[in-house]
Amino acid sequence: MAGLDPPVAAITQVMFSKSYPVSEAWRGFTFTRRAMLVGGTQMAIGGALVARMTYISIVDNERYVLESESNRLNLTLIPPRRGWIVDRRGKALADNRVSLRIDLIPDRVQDADKLVADLTRLLGLDADTVQRVRRDLKESAGYQPVAVADNLDEARFASVLVRLTDLPGVAPARGFARNYPAGAAVGHLIGYVGGPTAEEYQKARDPLYVTPGFKTGKDGLEKYFEPFLRGKPGAKRVEVTARGKVVRELGTQPDVQGNTLHLAIDGDLQDYAARRMGMESGAAVVIDCLNGDIVAFVSMPCFDPNSFSDGIGQKEWSWLNGDTDFKPLLNKATRGLYPPGSTLKPMAALAILEAGVDPGERITCPGGYRLGNRVFRCLGRHGPVDMPTAIEKSCNTYFYAMAHRIGYDRIAPAARALGLGEDFRISGANQRFGTIPDSAWKQRKLDQAWTASDSLNAVIGQGYVIVNPLQLAVMAARIASGKALYPSLVARKPELIKPLAYAPEHLAVVRSGMDRVVNGNGTAVRSRLELDGIKLAGKTGTAQVRGLASGSRGQSGARRYRDHGLFVCYAPTENPRYAAAVIIEHGMGGARAAAPVAKDIFTFLWDREKAMASLEAMETSWGGTIAQRMARDFAAFQGMPTRASEIILP
Amino acid sequence: MIPVPQTIRHYPWGLIATLVFIAGFGMLVLYSAAGGSFSPWAMTHGVRFGVFMTMALVIGFYVPLALIGRLAFIIYAAVALLLCGVEVMGAIAGGSQRWLNVGFMKLQPSELMKVAIVLACARFYSQLPPVETPRLRALWPALVLIGIPAALVMLQPDLGTALAIVAGGVTVMFLAGLPLWWFVSVGIAGAAALPVLYGMLHDYQQRRVLIFLNPEDDPLGAGYHITQSKIAIGSGGLDGKGFLNGSQSHLDYLPEGHTDFIFATMAEEWGLLGGLALGLAYYFLLRWSTRVALNAPTRFGKLTAAGLTMTIFFYIAINLMMVMGLAPVVGIPLPLFSHGGSSMMTIMLCVGIILAIQRDKSVGRKPFG
Repeated sequence: MAGLDPPVAAITQVMFSKSYPVSEAWRGFTFTRRAMLVGGTQMAIGGALVARMTYISIVDNERYVLESESNRLNLTLIPPRRGWIVDRRGKALADNRVSLRIDLIPDRVQDADKLVADLTRLLGLDADTVQRVRRDLKESAGYQPVAVADNLDEARFASVLVRLTDLPGVAPARGFARNYPAGAAVGHLIGYVGGPTAEEYQKARDPLYVTPGFKTGKDGLEKYFEPFLRGKPGAKRVEVTARGKVVRELGTQPDVQGNTLHLAIDGDLQDYAARRMGMESGAAVVIDCLNGDIVAFVSMPCFDPNSFSDGIGQKEWSWLNGDTDFKPLLNKATRGLYPPGSTLKPMAALAILEAGVDPGERITCPGGYRLGNRVFRCLGRHGPVDMPTAIEKSCNTYFYAMAHRIGYDRIAPAARALGLGEDFRISGANQRFGTIPDSAWKQRKLDQAWTASDSLNAVIGQGYVIVNPLQLAVMAARIASGKALYPSLVARKPELIKPLAYAPEHLAVVRSGMDRVVNGNGTAVRSRLELDGIKLAGKTGTAQVRGLASGSRGQSGARRYRDHGLFVCYAPTENPRYAAAVIIEHGMGGARAAAPVAKDIFTFLWDREKAMASLEAMETSWGGTIAQRMARDFAAFQGMPTRASEIILP
Repeated sequence: MIPVPQTIRHYPWGLIATLVFIAGFGMLVLYSAAGGSFSPWAMTHGVRFGVFMTMALVIGFYVPLALIGRLAFIIYAAVALLLCGVEVMGAIAGGSQRWLNVGFMKLQPSELMKVAIVLACARFYSQLPPVETPRLRALWPALVLIGIPAALVMLQPDLGTALAIVAGGVTVMFLAGLPLWWFVSVGIAGAAALPVLYGMLHDYQQRRVLIFLNPEDDPLGAGYHITQSKIAIGSGGLDGKGFLNGSQSHLDYLPEGHTDFIFATMAEEWGLLGGLALGLAYYFLLRWSTRVALNAPTRFGKLTAAGLTMTIFFYIAINLMMVMGLAPVVGIPLPLFSHGGSSMMTIMLCVGIILAIQRDKSVGRKPFG
């Protein structure tokens, strides 16, 4: 400790005070002892490492094998082919067609900006798609494909195929897309499919929902029967690297196609009826009088479900949604509510017969009916009329008088028994079921007492009465068959159907009135069927859009104030087979607008060639088929030249 | 028995066989890690091993230990200068360059320092008179010797190598007979100062420590290395998935599968049995060097052999602890097994010097070697 200051020396003296017998021999001994200690420690650590490895590779082996396999293997889902939707003869109303699609595998993309630019040029992508693809590429990681475009034509698909080596990350695929051969004719009947929304994925937590090409039912039968139609996805097991590169395919499990849905619809009739609606806005429902099957279920104009299934463009959507006059997005067959007008008179007649009135009793029609100091007008001066004549001539006075006599509370039950105001459980179509009023209803709804004039308005299908076309068709079918038919879009097993609780002779009176409407001297004589031995029976209706008080007759002026034209009917008159309801919005009269449509639809049921001939003549005057007219209207909406002239331009 | 000529018999065949086994096994694993190819790793690994094995034998047979002892401080000073050199160059280049390009390999001076520190410390304590052993004079020079390179390497920053340098130096100090309670008290103080030391670490080093403590916190980020390494080892089971069949390494799930995490690559294909075989080879190597240390005639030889044994052991233990999730990811290769020239050179320098110590009988038992 020499050389250190005394205090430091003192401290170090304390710190290092332990007197060692330090010698060469001691150092050698200490070395050996400590070297053994170090060696022993090393051995112990080595032993611990062996124990650790044994634990990981033997005890935890199973867990790590699983983790290693889940690293290595990835499942790529193959979207299942949807089940077909077929008509009563097995003809496809919705099937699948091959869809050429381009996806991107994010992990294999090298220069995303350049790639998207190249694809935009090759495939002609619009700005919306480009933005979506960029966003998807950023958000999704790994091997999960990002959809770029589907339903490509061969030329565009091939233009990408030949450049595949210059486009790393592009995955062309042949998938399936939903196809509706009849296009707009089945739009409201079948609905459409579309890509799953983010909410649907959040709810289902199923990777299938983010697989490109997978579609779910969005409306109509497609939505209602989604689980039935979906099928089971196939899967491709692939070995992938940490960067998502596919090394090899280990096996493919094919998808299981969804079930085929058999409808009661007659596809040909559906198509014909839709086309026959022409330029008008309206609905037509045809029901099989044997079992209640809905054989045609038409609401026009309609969207083309094919364009929805391909992912509808913003412009096409605003075109459809913006048409508030013809409302192509509204299913008028079940969600359109109309005052039924005189089409309810056969139903009222049945109720009047039930009330004990003799059908032969005559009421003299002087052109109106006086209730207190108010005159309820009839459309003509019919003189003395009995019940069948009242139906034939659509005489308001007769029904005013009878309604006043028995009260509407005895008519409303008949309306309900024939299906009016009923919310039918038919698949896929959520309905607005309207109102069949009575005194209790008015008290509850409006807190007012029922008046005689309410009865008079209601009995001619005005006032508080509103119904949908499906209910009118059911009413016609029930009157025609005398059975409590229940409508169905889907084919059912035959079952015993109960008769209506009305006397057959009462029904016969009503039917004879309806027969005379068309075949006697009634309101729809111009719509007689030009067929041998098959006669149509029906009842016209002209429903006012504006209140009676307005004074306007609804036969002229702005379209939206014109009367609706309605027609309910069945055929043949002896032993009815089909019943129908047709409504033409703002058609100005049942006889004028609706009955001719019904006549052609019924002609088609027995003589297709004759019906087609008259339709084709009409379509020429209208400017082409539904698809042609829609394409032209859409082009006009876009302010663009039509497709045809576009092709001619250099 | 077949008579074997004396010149051949005196080569350390057991040692050579052990080293060839480790390096050869390493070549096999590197061949597999490259997807069944000698390039880019397995071939260079074999060539380097040949070169460095020759170097080790030359040192062991032709360089007298006395010369190594005399040059110990000069070697230390030269390596310390190189360390300063890369530090300055790194600062100029604006990055953290740790190596000098010497043509056939990238030389890391910090690797050479692992050997130099042991030589310098052993030299210092072999020259220290026995009576000075428990005194302060026995302490501070060694602390300076260790502190300078450790600090320089920490600046790079390379925590693993800095720890290896400290471990080699401190082992020599311990074996030199310094009072036991110094070590004990420093150990306790060190444990108490851990939070302070932790604060001195770089962000990414701190994260590695945290992730090490709980790798599942960040399975796709910094914990990815440890998680994937454990999956590779664990899925290997008893006898592995078979040569060339390791999915973890072949499909790139295991990062650094040919360098720091080569043990996991091996264990996936060869299983626990492969691990035990490799462990046994390392055991033979360390047993040989420990025996050399115990039997060395000179104090310099004893301390050097024991210190270098610790250096080799430190590599093995830290690497294996790291790949099995017992230590943070610090970036230390597995001796003779990982692909990498610097670490192989260090290990073979150690082996060569220990070989020289083994053969150093002529000097006799002098008190101050």
